[in-house]
Amino acid sequence: MSNAPVNSGRRKFLTLTTAVVGGVGAAVVAVPFVKSWSPSEKAKAAGAPVTVDISKIKPGQLIRVEWRGKPVWIVSRTQKILDELATLNDQLRDPNSQEPQQPEYALNTGRSLKPDIFVAVGICTHLGCSPTYLPDSFSEQVEGVESGFFCPCHGSKFDLAGRVFQNVPAPLNLVIPPHYYVSDTTILIGLDKGDA
Amino acid sequence: MKKLMIALITFLPAVVFASTGNIHLDKARYDLSDKVSLQRGAKLFSNYCLACHSTGYQRYQRVATDLEIPDELMKDNLIFTDSKIGDLMINSMDKKESAKWFGNAPPDLTLEARLRGADWIYTYLRSFYKDETRPFSVNNVVFPDVAMPHVLEELQGIPTAIFETTMIDGVEHKTIIALKSNGQGEMSSDEYDNAVLDLVNFLVYAGEPNKLERQSLGVWVIAFLIILFILSYLLKKEYWRDVH
Amino acid sequence: MLKKLLLGTVDWIDARIPMTETWNKHLAQYPTPVNFNFWYFFGSLAMLILVNQILTGIWLTMHYNPSAEGAFASIEYIMRDVPYGWLLRYMHSTGASAFFVVIYLHMFRGLIYGSYQKPRELIWIFGMFIFLALMAEAFMGYLLPWGQMSFWGAQVIISLFGAIPIVGDDLTLWIRGDYVISGATLNRFFALHVIAIPLALVVLVFLHIVALHEVGSNNPDGIEIKRKKGSIAEHEKSKFTFHKQYSAKKDIIDAIPFHPYFTVKDIMGVAGFLIFFCAVIFFMPEGGGYFLEAPNFEPANGLKTPTHIAPVWYYTPFYAILRAIPDKLIGVAFFGGSIVILFFLPWLDRCKVKSIRYRSWKHKLNIAQFTICFIVLGVLGALPTTPLLTKIAQVGTIGYFSFFIALWIYSKNEKTKPLPTRLTFK
Repeated sequence: MSNAPVNSGRRKFLTLTTAVVGGVGAAVVAVPFVKSWSPSEKAKAAGAPVTVDISKIKPGQLIRVEWRGKPVWIVSRTQKILDELATLNDQLRDPNSQEPQQPEYALNTGRSLKPDIFVAVGICTHLGCSPTYLPDSFSEQVEGVESGFFCPCHGSKFDLAGRVFQNVPAPLNLVIPPHYYVSDTTILIGLDKGDA
Repeated sequence: MKKLMIALITFLPAVVFASTGNIHLDKARYDLSDKVSLQRGAKLFSNYCLACHSTGYQRYQRVATDLEIPDELMKDNLIFTDSKIGDLMINSMDKKESAKWFGNAPPDLTLEARLRGADWIYTYLRSFYKDETRPFSVNNVVFPDVAMPHVLEELQGIPTAIFETTMIDGVEHKTIIALKSNGQGEMSSDEYDNAVLDLVNFLVYAGEPNKLERQSLGVWVIAFLIILFILSYLLKKEYWRDVH
Repeated sequence: MLKKLLLGTVDWIDARIPMTETWNKHLAQYPTPVNFNFWYFFGSLAMLILVNQILTGIWLTMHYNPSAEGAFASIEYIMRDVPYGWLLRYMHSTGASAFFVVIYLHMFRGLIYGSYQKPRELIWIFGMFIFLALMAEAFMGYLLPWGQMSFWGAQVIISLFGAIPIVGDDLTLWIRGDYVISGATLNRFFALHVIAIPLALVVLVFLHIVALHEVGSNNPDGIEIKRKKGSIAEHEKSKFTFHKQYSAKKDIIDAIPFHPYFTVKDIMGVAGFLIFFCAVIFFMPEGGGYFLEAPNFEPANGLKTPTHIAPVWYYTPFYAILRAIPDKLIGVAFFGGSIVILFFLPWLDRCKVKSIRYRSWKHKLNIAQFTICFIVLGVLGALPTTPLLTKIAQVGTIGYFSFFIALWIYSKNEKTKPLPTRLTFK
């Protein structure tokens, strides 16, 4: 005789139902194991939004703050720099910020909420180095452009709106983090306005 | 056999309690689902306890979320240090300094309810009495010669102890049979008991913040397993028709 | 089409490793006695818990901090800050106690049905090594939360080694790696708990099962299902096909294949067990203070011993034996002896009949008194000592050891009942 079970309809039905219910159970058991890899409350607290006081920033100055372990830059741009930004379009990869590297409200030439204050995550979009701010010697990298960011790792170049130049390894513009003005001189980095 | 297992599990704690229960503890009828009581407890805790005792394993944020306290209210009313809302509830007290001050460093209270039990805390906080021989002029029935002052004095006043003297083998023994309020507190006796109960409720919550979540999840898990058990029983019966 | 692909894949694998062959040999065509009762659930349940412990253990390791400074806080970090960390931790801590519940019942089954007897001595020996490894595993795991009970429990148990003459003190120092239990002790226990002993356990479990499948399972009647070739009439033989390894040399009677019959039965057992297991996890994870002890909610403090320290419940029978003897060295010797003597059970029992069903009233009485002594010792080991309780523990200790001595004496010429020729159902 063979060991093959008698395949009655009842047996088939019960086997299938138990397998499905058991399978659902097994999948649910996997939930705590999978979810425990998400950022813990400790990580979330460490990655909480940061507020920055910009009342003392001088024109041309860059302030570096840490948000979620990454450098975030706040640069005060002069009118001269803003004028320059508008002239660079044909040297840039993505001058009009078509790629989603910024929140809606930073979708403008200066990629910022206020024209003179630029906020960006200071991480090169190539392989994650932090570029150097060259306030007045950037013309050594790009002729005729006075200030910008230059990545020492692989030579990627960005203008003062974080837009990437052509013919460098970095594919995308610098990331603009979610942020908003709590007051005229205080920026909160890490949340969009209205989010709790 | 199942009966034996259940008997083993339920029988043991009773034995231990009977052998160690020499001090009578009042039952703390706390209710973890009573958010208002928990909020009052949190307020009491941060006003009277947190200066010396941390609850250093829990975060302000978690307390605010679980107790439905808005973040701003939490920051304004419950956080007295320069802590951020995501921080652990530690205080700025220097452990070594405070050990010099009180004799012992005040312990962290996050797990106090799991360590000593809710009934113990509830009774302890209602058992201070006047004793001029102690450094802070108070003693405690539940925790004799405790190093802690009666921090809730402004609420309760300082009760006086009523002693009963008995002679055992020719030696005088003084035992406390009751504590009598001195009427100096802001609260009546019932109000004070309720306030302490709120505080206990908060500490029970702090000991295991996801207790309610655990229990409500458990109901679903058990219900699911009963269904699975019935199905597998039917399946087993179906297959075993081949055998019998 | 899909079926063809599947069968093709199976053939491809079978040509390279014996997958189908192994499946048949150990599951689909493995002869299992038809009369397994309630007691036969606990082997597969122990396997389930082993898997649970390994998985939850690996996941806890991802968040735990094995240092004297950070261990206690990292447990609370797991309980509060890690998503579902509390569940993983309770699964692990409840699993530890459940492991011992199941293993003790599994061992009791072996005891009453004589599953340790010839030819299954090695299965019993491997099983005892598993039990020993499990005790070491649980002991080292219990230090990791770095609470008061962790610390003082470890202090007491490590001090036992100090009773050994001459080398004792140096040995305890070497085990601790410090003059007190410290971060050094914690780190080595962590390494042993998460990798060394689990590896040994898995190997031992594998050997336990290899040994079992070589000789086949015992059953509540204690008579063999494999008989001499040709001794069984064709119509009496089991109607199922078994792997030729079993059927070529023997006639098989009253047996059914493990799969599907015992797979479905064990699934039922697992579902039933999980109801109890999850009831503890979700509604009483502290197990009334016996699975997670209250003093362990306070960080380890080497200057302050809790008023009442007791080992976790699964050690208490042996711990009670230790305390019952008013001499350190002899106490430790009896403590060790109470476990070592179990290894010799297959040779202490000289009776040819295995199952309690067909053995003498002496044997039934002996097992009953042994069980009572074991439980009483277990309860006493969890209580603080008093002169009266110590007396009772001494009586229990005598009962415990006299089980083995009495067994050796009466089992030589035991008056047993006649054995049935076929398996029975009760």
